[in-house]
Amino acid sequence: MNETLGFLLAVSFIVSLTALGALIWSIVTRQISAGKAQASTIFLEGEAGKPDDPSSFDGKHEHQFDALRAGVDAPGRRVVLVLAVASIIFLIIGSLFGVVASLKLHLPDWLANIAFTTFGRARTVHLNLVAYGWLSTAGIAMALWILPRMFRTPLQRPAMAMAGGIFWAVGVTAGATAIAMGWSDGLEWLEIPWQIDIILAIGGLFLAWPAIETARKRNVQHIYVTGWYFLAGLAWFPILFFISNVPGLHSGVEQATTNWWFAHNVLGLWLTPLGVGTAYYLIPKIIGKPIYSYSVSLLGFWGLALFYSQVGIHHLIGGPVPTWVVTLSVVHSVMMFIPVIAVAINQHITVAQNFWAFKESMALRFVSTGALMYTAASFQGSLEAVRSVNSITHFTHYTIGHAHLGAYAFVSVVLFGGFYYLFPHLTGKKWPYPRLISLHYWLTVVGFLIYFLSLTVGGFFQGISLLDAKTSFAQITKDILPYLEGRSLGGVLMTLGHFILAFNVVALLISKQRGEA
Amino acid sequence: MNRLVPLFVGAVGILVFATVMLVVLPGLQVRTVQAPPELSKYTVEQLRGRDQYVANGCVYCHSQQPRSTGQTLADQARGWGRPSTPGDYAYDAPQLLGTMRTGPDLLNVGVRLPSQDWHLTHLYQPRAIFDWSIMPSYPFLFETKEKAAPGDIVVKLPEAYRPKDGKVVIARQEALDLVKYLLSLDRTYPVSAQEAALRDRGFDPKPDQASKGR
Repeated sequence: MNETLGFLLAVSFIVSLTALGALIWSIVTRQISAGKAQASTIFLEGEAGKPDDPSSFDGKHEHQFDALRAGVDAPGRRVVLVLAVASIIFLIIGSLFGVVASLKLHLPDWLANIAFTTFGRARTVHLNLVAYGWLSTAGIAMALWILPRMFRTPLQRPAMAMAGGIFWAVGVTAGATAIAMGWSDGLEWLEIPWQIDIILAIGGLFLAWPAIETARKRNVQHIYVTGWYFLAGLAWFPILFFISNVPGLHSGVEQATTNWWFAHNVLGLWLTPLGVGTAYYLIPKIIGKPIYSYSVSLLGFWGLALFYSQVGIHHLIGGPVPTWVVTLSVVHSVMMFIPVIAVAINQHITVAQNFWAFKESMALRFVSTGALMYTAASFQGSLEAVRSVNSITHFTHYTIGHAHLGAYAFVSVVLFGGFYYLFPHLTGKKWPYPRLISLHYWLTVVGFLIYFLSLTVGGFFQGISLLDAKTSFAQITKDILPYLEGRSLGGVLMTLGHFILAFNVVALLISKQRGEA
Repeated sequence: MNRLVPLFVGAVGILVFATVMLVVLPGLQVRTVQAPPELSKYTVEQLRGRDQYVANGCVYCHSQQPRSTGQTLADQARGWGRPSTPGDYAYDAPQLLGTMRTGPDLLNVGVRLPSQDWHLTHLYQPRAIFDWSIMPSYPFLFETKEKAAPGDIVVKLPEAYRPKDGKVVIARQEALDLVKYLLSLDRTYPVSAQEAALRDRGFDPKPDQASKGR
């Protein structure tokens, strides 16, 4: 039996490597065309070479609200606006629950009588609201706006997308309410009861369909790299969601492996594609120049698919699962260096060669900071999966810091930048208070640094102490307290930033000033 | 990359491959395992208590998977129990293995702390037992009454944590069920070699080397 499984482990690894080799071969021998011409398909005639950010270039590079783009945007305008605003509402409520959960770790008797704010529930409401309410909804809004522009095709079936958005929002609200009431499926990232998942599944289908139909009817032959990420993500997420949510199919340890296969792939094959795809579109679009090396972007995409899809089980290192599955995941986690370096080369060099834009465009500043954090989060994740590092960091607050580096500093921050770019285009209005965008940026950066460093340092020491049986659990708990307080401080600053984002959006929506003015 | 069909076929194909490796194969392997004869099924009360454990999110602070001795010796030294095996979870749905240790691992808490009174006090107010504890208190699993009725289970509390108006704290059914579940957590029976081979051995030596000592 063990020999068979060892063989399978080798097969998996060889299949991934062969696939990657074949890909590199086909790029080098030009079987797949991926050059500057393809990378420039995101620009309309005359757009290349001109920076584009509707608000932040402060008069220096005046943005043009061109007729073709306006025509392409028009049918999807309403649904994108509704999704974006809904996602910000989920973000605000979700972060408030996050702050409550964080405070409760060092103020355990605060609000103790209210069942729905007990740590185990508040934390879970937070996770579900930000993962499915904020990140997913905001990412879908970006996708439904970028795909038509990229394909120079109006969004198909906008009414269906609107219905999908409403189903999705109802599902997330019902799911979070259920968890707050104590009705939960009990699995991390899969807490929303499966009965409510049906609403989400319908919503997701209605949102994905228009995106795919827009891609099918596209007026541009080439599918730009952002399209691969968005479309693949739209194919992956439903499969993950369906398999892991079927009631009664999984139990015991087998359910634990399914759980971590899902939970990790939600990050890697759903939220990451949304974030990386958005960055791949916005970085060159705002700067006005194509990305550094388009053919390398292929490596980043297929490498992510091949390696990320098998990393989840490193959460069960040293646990009651067969050794070969754990090893498989550890190996693939480390292999993630390949696609991540590929994305890093592309996105960071493009920004570094145009650093003036980083200073001038607030949207770009958010997006490229987020892209940098993708590299950081992935490197950290690869290291965390190594057995010896995992012995220390797993089961500690270090992991929470890492999760926020990925989901917050990377995906959320890219989406913040996306929104600062998106809203003026959607409404034809300028941001009324550009300085507040900068304040949001600095609250995010400072808040996150405090949050991340507290949990990383505190979690590391917690891990070292847990490995030493001579240190009592009482001592470990007392030692971690100051770090947990630091986390709350960081979390509050980040949440303040979200309020400023919401204020900016409301101010823009009610302002009378037009962009052309 | 100019066609949608190869993109979807490639993307979905890779995920299917990953699903076979991470979900189907390990599933087939651990599903063949029978529950150990010493492990009993949960009773109705214990299952209701397990629902309370899920509803209040205990799993987000407490793991239920003592690690392999190759990964760390501390779990056993802390009295958290031997490394668990797939059979130990044969009756668990949803699984509650957990990934955090803000609190201690609970897979064998029923053996470590076998007193119902201790658990009731601890759930009502953890700081009545450990002043350093950061565990939430769960007053909503209890009620306060003027006087205990026959059959009521009164929670034993130190003076400082008793209701100020002289009332008594009574455990609700939810609290009693939850404690029944916690007391049922006992995976101290020995494991077969076949079972032990099904868990991640990590840095553990192979069985034949282990018998020679390290």
